[in-house]
Amino acid sequence: MQVKLALPKGQLQDDTAELLKEVGFAISGYSEGSRSYRPHCSGAFGLFLKVFHEKDIAIQVAIGNYDLGICRLDWVEELVSKYHSEAVIKVRDLGYGKRNIYAVAARSSGCSSLEALKDHNDSLRIVSEYPNLAEVFALKQRLRRFQIFPVWGSAGVYPPENAELAIVAEPSPGRLKGQGLVPVATLLESSACLIANRDSLEKKNLNRLLASLSTGEAKKSYVKEPSLVDARFEARRADAGRTLVSLALPDGHQQRHAVAFLDRAGLKVEGYNVGKATSRPRIDLDGVAVKVIRPQDMPLHVANGNFDLAITGRDWLRDHLYRFPSSPVDDVLDLGFGKVKIVAVVSKDLHVSGTEDLRKMRRDSALRLASEYVNIADRYAHDNHLVPYKLIPTWGASEAFLPEDADVLIENTETGSTIARHNLRVIDTLFESSACLIGNTEAIKWPEKRDRIAYLVETMRRGVEAGCAC
Amino acid sequence: MKVPRCKGTRDLLPLDMAKFRCIEAQFRDCCLGWGYQEIRTPVLEYLHLFTSAGTLSPDMLGRVYSFLDWDGWSGERVALRPDGTIPTARLYVENFQNLPIARFFYVENMFAFEGTGKESRERWQCGAELIGGSKAEGDVELISLGLEAITKLGIGPVELRLAHAGLIKTFLEGLGLSGEKEADVLDQVFSGNLGVLSALKGGNPELAKNLQLLFGLKGNSPGFVENLRSVFRSSLPAIEPSLNELARISNLLTGLGIDYQIDFTSGRGFEYYTGVIFGFYCPRRRLGGGGRYDELIPLVGGKDVCASGFALYIDELMGLLSEVPRPERVLIRAKDAEGLKPSLGLARQLRDAGYIAEFDLGYRKVADFRWIVNVRDEGKIELLDQSSGRKRRKSSPAELLELLEEARCK
Repeated sequence: MQVKLALPKGQLQDDTAELLKEVGFAISGYSEGSRSYRPHCSGAFGLFLKVFHEKDIAIQVAIGNYDLGICRLDWVEELVSKYHSEAVIKVRDLGYGKRNIYAVAARSSGCSSLEALKDHNDSLRIVSEYPNLAEVFALKQRLRRFQIFPVWGSAGVYPPENAELAIVAEPSPGRLKGQGLVPVATLLESSACLIANRDSLEKKNLNRLLASLSTGEAKKSYVKEPSLVDARFEARRADAGRTLVSLALPDGHQQRHAVAFLDRAGLKVEGYNVGKATSRPRIDLDGVAVKVIRPQDMPLHVANGNFDLAITGRDWLRDHLYRFPSSPVDDVLDLGFGKVKIVAVVSKDLHVSGTEDLRKMRRDSALRLASEYVNIADRYAHDNHLVPYKLIPTWGASEAFLPEDADVLIENTETGSTIARHNLRVIDTLFESSACLIGNTEAIKWPEKRDRIAYLVETMRRGVEAGCAC
Repeated sequence: MKVPRCKGTRDLLPLDMAKFRCIEAQFRDCCLGWGYQEIRTPVLEYLHLFTSAGTLSPDMLGRVYSFLDWDGWSGERVALRPDGTIPTARLYVENFQNLPIARFFYVENMFAFEGTGKESRERWQCGAELIGGSKAEGDVELISLGLEAITKLGIGPVELRLAHAGLIKTFLEGLGLSGEKEADVLDQVFSGNLGVLSALKGGNPELAKNLQLLFGLKGNSPGFVENLRSVFRSSLPAIEPSLNELARISNLLTGLGIDYQIDFTSGRGFEYYTGVIFGFYCPRRRLGGGGRYDELIPLVGGKDVCASGFALYIDELMGLLSEVPRPERVLIRAKDAEGLKPSLGLARQLRDAGYIAEFDLGYRKVADFRWIVNVRDEGKIELLDQSSGRKRRKSSPAELLELLEEARCK
């Protein structure tokens, strides 16, 4: 009988690889540089391994796609706090990857305690990668009115201007201090843990793996003390929001292109360089504040007036507008760089050449669509009558889902090489996307901001026309 | 592919709906008779209506169905109504604040997540709310209305159990627990988990012992309330106003000849209760309950107005309702093409007289009908009484109706 184990990529990868080696599993293809999502374990007959983003592991184990998984406790709690599932069993704390989940406020806001925040008259804005933990926290603390903004990352950057609270994961309070944040509550102490699917635990023989991974001393934390301190951190008060123009710049894959574009368009942004992560760079323009956040999060925050302008991708704008059609976000300017295609992908082994074939596919259960673009995938399945279908949100490493854990993937591709490398095939192109400047339609009307916004847009437009985006 | 029902939902089949409508009609009649007016609040409300009131426990809020609407980009969640009283309070504040007294009733569905999926996540309630007016008399009015609605359905005997939220809260405050712990204990007591009381370790052990004693005692007279006063007053003088309220209600109920039992273990409900809590049981099943919630109206933005209310659980009542009165059913058969036209006219006359007249399209079980009418051309009518097997011929619809009425009167 095959036993399926889900392994984490990212921060836990090295320690997990070391642990597996220590307990006698010779695993190849599971190291930081490895491009495969299917490591191989020689000598362990019937052991199937796959690499996922940590957040996906708890879900994959809960729905029974994997018998066992290794991820941090915080992602398990994020799942079960909302979906009261008994399907996930926490088998053992593995001891490494320690971190705490904190509720934090900006030190400059003057709110250093929860009680002070509870006196807040307006709705409390809470930003987090852990929206479910955030909701449970808000309810337990009996916060009277709150709004939760799920983000893909960089939650700590939002307070105080764009949120009163952030729920963040950090190994120690020291690292928070460096970011100008102060913890007002500790929600959870977390570390890597071995989790199991209840059904698998009750019905399958997992003895070999469980015995190996459940013995021995818990490993020491590999987390190093914080070294990244943004000395130039300077919080800007939220009340400046009426006049200060706020611009969000992307991190991740788009950063390289955005840095080059801004530089050539003549907009000097100190601290926003290739390979260097400063969350609050300075722009050489009076009355303009800049923050670096995930492009995925930008449309929602522009809609809420947290940023007036942002450089993101058309793909993320479209994903947002599919979910919230009346959102006050506008596509202000096509910047032209970061061109990708949004495509529907299947395994090469699946004999389908287009959506017509997907519709005709005989199947006993719903078609499984995996994507980071949940709303685009939903619209695609709906428009193409692929009923019945199920959406599987992913948080990266999406190619790994095909073919075992999903039938179709909606993904972006620049050259198609990653898709081909994972034995996948494009069956449909949904649309082409490139970087764009988005704006809040209300903010653009404010007289205090209008001129500065117009200047930024015009400078970027000239940059595009002069071919700076290439 | 067969598409099943959503987990945790139920279909109401014709027999269920007959019971449902019977309960609803009876409840409406009673409420209208007492001067209550019907309202219906939307199924969707802003989630913050329930969080801002600060009166639903975190456990209850954790089971609320809430989601972002299509225009929910601001993070403002909407919720499927988990409770009838808070939306009614909102409706009152929005529309009727200037009325010195408002009496409302509703028949609405409530939604709360339930993990196993075996219980329904959608529950129907008949509720009545009395906003303004005097306190004890108002509570007794609501209790009488609730009892009347249940007993008129032929369900009984109904037991009335009383507790007092203010008294329980005063005891817990006296224990000197932390704010969070106190709220948690109250939450558990109101959910029926009384085991939490035996594990209490507050700064006042004598009071903790007295609290357990309070939950161990039961009484059914104003004298019992006076006994409680004598036992507990010295250790906790702050309970005096709550005891006065309970004594007044107890006196009124005794005066009206309504049996009751004061039993603090029956104190179930919501954190927004401030005064008397009452529950209707038959014999051990809780059919409904309610209580006084004097702080809720100001919490949802209204003036300082006292209020009280209750709800009956339709799903529970349906389980106890065996017979539902229904009009007599007549099956009409047109024996030939010429008989079709007179049979249509006959059916209309039967319906006008209050009978259910159903055409035989060939698929009905004749055993479901007592009366079968065969209609031939020229309006010749033959009536078969399946209860006796007797056949009779009639020459006009009027004669047929006369015969049916005679049988009904017997």
